[in-house]
Amino acid sequence: MSTNTIVSLPDQSTARIPKDNFITRENGLLSWLLTGDHKRIAILYLISITFFFFIGGALAGLIRLELLTPQADLMATDTYNKVFTMHGVIMIFFFLVPSVPATLGNFLIPMMIGAKDLALPKINLLSWYLYMAGGILAIYTMASGGVDTGWTFTTPLSTHYVNTNVLTTGLAVFVAGFSSIFTGLNFIVTIHKMRAPGMTWFRLPLFVWAHYAASILMVLGTPVLAIAIVLVALERTIGIGIFDPAKGGDPLLFQHLFWFYSHPAVYIMILPGMGVISEVISTFSRKRVFGYTAVAFSSVAIAVFGFFVWAHHMFIMGISNYAVLVFSLLTMLVAVPSAIKIFNWAFTLYKGSITFETPMLYAFGFMGLFTIGGMTGVFLGASGTDIHLTETYFIVAHFHFVMVGGMLMAFLSGIHFWWPKITGRMYPEKLSQLAALVTFIGFNLTFFPQFILGVLGMPRRYASYPPEFQILNVFSTAGATILGVGYMLPVLYLLWSLKYGEIAGNNPWQATGLEWQTQSPPITENFVVMPVMDHEAYDYEWLESQNQAQQQEEVPSAG
Amino acid sequence: MSHISPTIWQFLVKWLTNFALFPPEASKIAPQMDALFFFMVLVSMIGLTVVVLLVISFSILYSKKRHPVAVQIEGSTLLEATWTIIPLGLFLVMFVWGALIYFRVYTPPANSMNIYVVGKQWMWKAEHPGGQHEINALHIPTGQPIQLTLISQDVFHSFSIPAFRVKREAIPGRYTTVWFEATTPGTYHLFCTQYCGTEHSHMIGDVVVLTPEDFRKWLASSTSGNSLAQNGERLFASLSCAACHNARPDARGPNLANVYGAKLTLSSGQTITADEAYLRESILNPSQHITQGYAPIMPTYQGQVSEEGVIALIEYIKNLNSDYRIQQTLNTTDMLPGSEGKAPAAQAPASKGMVKP
Repeated sequence: MSTNTIVSLPDQSTARIPKDNFITRENGLLSWLLTGDHKRIAILYLISITFFFFIGGALAGLIRLELLTPQADLMATDTYNKVFTMHGVIMIFFFLVPSVPATLGNFLIPMMIGAKDLALPKINLLSWYLYMAGGILAIYTMASGGVDTGWTFTTPLSTHYVNTNVLTTGLAVFVAGFSSIFTGLNFIVTIHKMRAPGMTWFRLPLFVWAHYAASILMVLGTPVLAIAIVLVALERTIGIGIFDPAKGGDPLLFQHLFWFYSHPAVYIMILPGMGVISEVISTFSRKRVFGYTAVAFSSVAIAVFGFFVWAHHMFIMGISNYAVLVFSLLTMLVAVPSAIKIFNWAFTLYKGSITFETPMLYAFGFMGLFTIGGMTGVFLGASGTDIHLTETYFIVAHFHFVMVGGMLMAFLSGIHFWWPKITGRMYPEKLSQLAALVTFIGFNLTFFPQFILGVLGMPRRYASYPPEFQILNVFSTAGATILGVGYMLPVLYLLWSLKYGEIAGNNPWQATGLEWQTQSPPITENFVVMPVMDHEAYDYEWLESQNQAQQQEEVPSAG
Repeated sequence: MSHISPTIWQFLVKWLTNFALFPPEASKIAPQMDALFFFMVLVSMIGLTVVVLLVISFSILYSKKRHPVAVQIEGSTLLEATWTIIPLGLFLVMFVWGALIYFRVYTPPANSMNIYVVGKQWMWKAEHPGGQHEINALHIPTGQPIQLTLISQDVFHSFSIPAFRVKREAIPGRYTTVWFEATTPGTYHLFCTQYCGTEHSHMIGDVVVLTPEDFRKWLASSTSGNSLAQNGERLFASLSCAACHNARPDARGPNLANVYGAKLTLSSGQTITADEAYLRESILNPSQHITQGYAPIMPTYQGQVSEEGVIALIEYIKNLNSDYRIQQTLNTTDMLPGSEGKAPAAQAPASKGMVKP
């Protein structure tokens, strides 16, 4: 094995996937559909969110194809409006919100804290069913004509002026919202009550801290979205004047309610991704995360401040200038914890012993793209420049840098990182490094031109546009094609690896987390004996001494 | 050239001759906003460079090959403080600078000329004080602060002029304002940037900036003969508003002379200033806004008067001085060169410095 990798695999000629693990323990479809095992539910989620990701991705492909030319020629404007609405709804509510928490979080939180399962396994399964119910409703909505309000459901457009499936889409989001609430609730209870002996708060992996912060946002924010949707439904069906000014309602009220959830929602989406990055960077630089407490508290700070910045989506909507001052200031404050995280990750590399496996490459991609995404967020948080940049492609580029460049990179990083733990097998390293590179190039080509388009003033959600914007749109569409390849590759080689990947063994990355100190794939109970946490998180010296002790044990038995 | 596909060649030519990276600066606020924008670009680039340099140099210096054993470091309070305080300081500078620009954009100067804009699915209608009426276009002079008072007839719209760096949502049921002062004659994009339904991407138009002289010509050639206030007066008469609001001592409705901008006491005891929003509300929901001393007998005009009608009525009321019967003198007639009929007929003024192809 070359010196520039940390992968330590068991001898492939003798290694076997352990016979008893959570996948083989029970067989048959029902054993999956009625399972209480957090790991199996995580896999159910992984399959379903991948499905929704590719639906959302196909819709994105249609958007980019339409925007190849200035005229609305591929589809009618109504169709285009439906396509971008469904792209937003599916990507946000059925991919990004559950992506890391419901898959990796579900799989790993109990293992990381040394527990057998989440505190409420049946609620966990219920979450998945609610998610699927919402998802199937969303697909049904699409099949039966779609919806064209934009994922923001702006009133009074959504309540009085469109005659598409607002109610079923609203119901889909409403139901999926409860899935998110239950997942958050489950995580909070689990992290409070189920930690192994010795697992103090400050010994928790930062992945757990990030999920704890995101869970608080899920539990407190999502109900407000549910209320907003119910009010939209009431106004649309029986005409109660809540948002309609002609009936004494206030159209801005909807904006307040909607963004009170939907701004924290971006932190629901990004915080778990940040948790992944902390784990990956520490493992591949063989070093404790620099400034552990600062990174942990910055997650909490993001969650707290994240609740008080919603009106920065409304700077040009005629709210009071002084309200704008307050929300702009708070928006600047919420940017600071993200900066703290980026610098701490960078300094984790300092005097480390760094290797560049695929998860690390995605993590580097995350750091660069998230920095751009975060900084451009400050352009929009500063009230003056927001006037020019908001509602243009600048904002589209900004949130795709955060959500796709940040969150999706983190998701892929995490999937590759824990793939050996989940499946017991390694993914093909060279091919996946290539895929990471393709994704990075495709991403930048897709979304960077959109910043320039936004500065030029190209409005978002336009099916047609003035011809001078075409060249940048052509770049963007070309990039999207490359990005599509970058996303297809992992699906193919990860499926391939299920059968042909190298046997990973317990701890191929020599990582310190408790999840790595048990077999891969784990047994249903996660650990044979309940682990006791007698060291700090990311303690590579402890791991070293464990390995030495194990070798000493093995030597006499071999002799 | 012959070995390039003609389609690609055409495309390249089009690209090279028709490629923008930065929008024109055509208003007074634009260079100020761009200064902040470029400051932010600079800070972002420095920030990104620092992060990328740290990652790359540490990756090289401390790769496993060069640096086989990691040195465990807990952290550094000094460094944490550094990368908390420096970004915070920079963000606060951006906050203050941004807020200064924000307040400027949304605080119209007293001498600005007011143009009403009504957004509806899917067009923009502009009402000039002189009665000129445009759809999906806005003609304005250079060197004159222009205030737009926006309202939507149906859903949220957003009135965006990228070359001016200004944008404001047109909201159903309430007036919003924005102002700008154009500096460079030309034709610029006008976009609706708030998604508003089927034809959202066709709710676009041209902002035509003219020299004051050309603008005067345009006003004269586009006049319908009546000013906006005169249109309001006709509507006032046809709705029989004067049956009650007639300024007689025994009138059933309050005297509307000089009511605009006055402080009124309502029957609820509340004191309010009669601004556009209040006047609009009093026409559409009169029972909610009864002036002290009057009976709540006024019927609602909701559904009977369009937003343009309300605007005309407000403009009329704004211009009402002491006596209703006095013909209104228009504050914009001085923009017209001489008498109405003699102006050059419907000749589009030459617009200089065309920005759009």
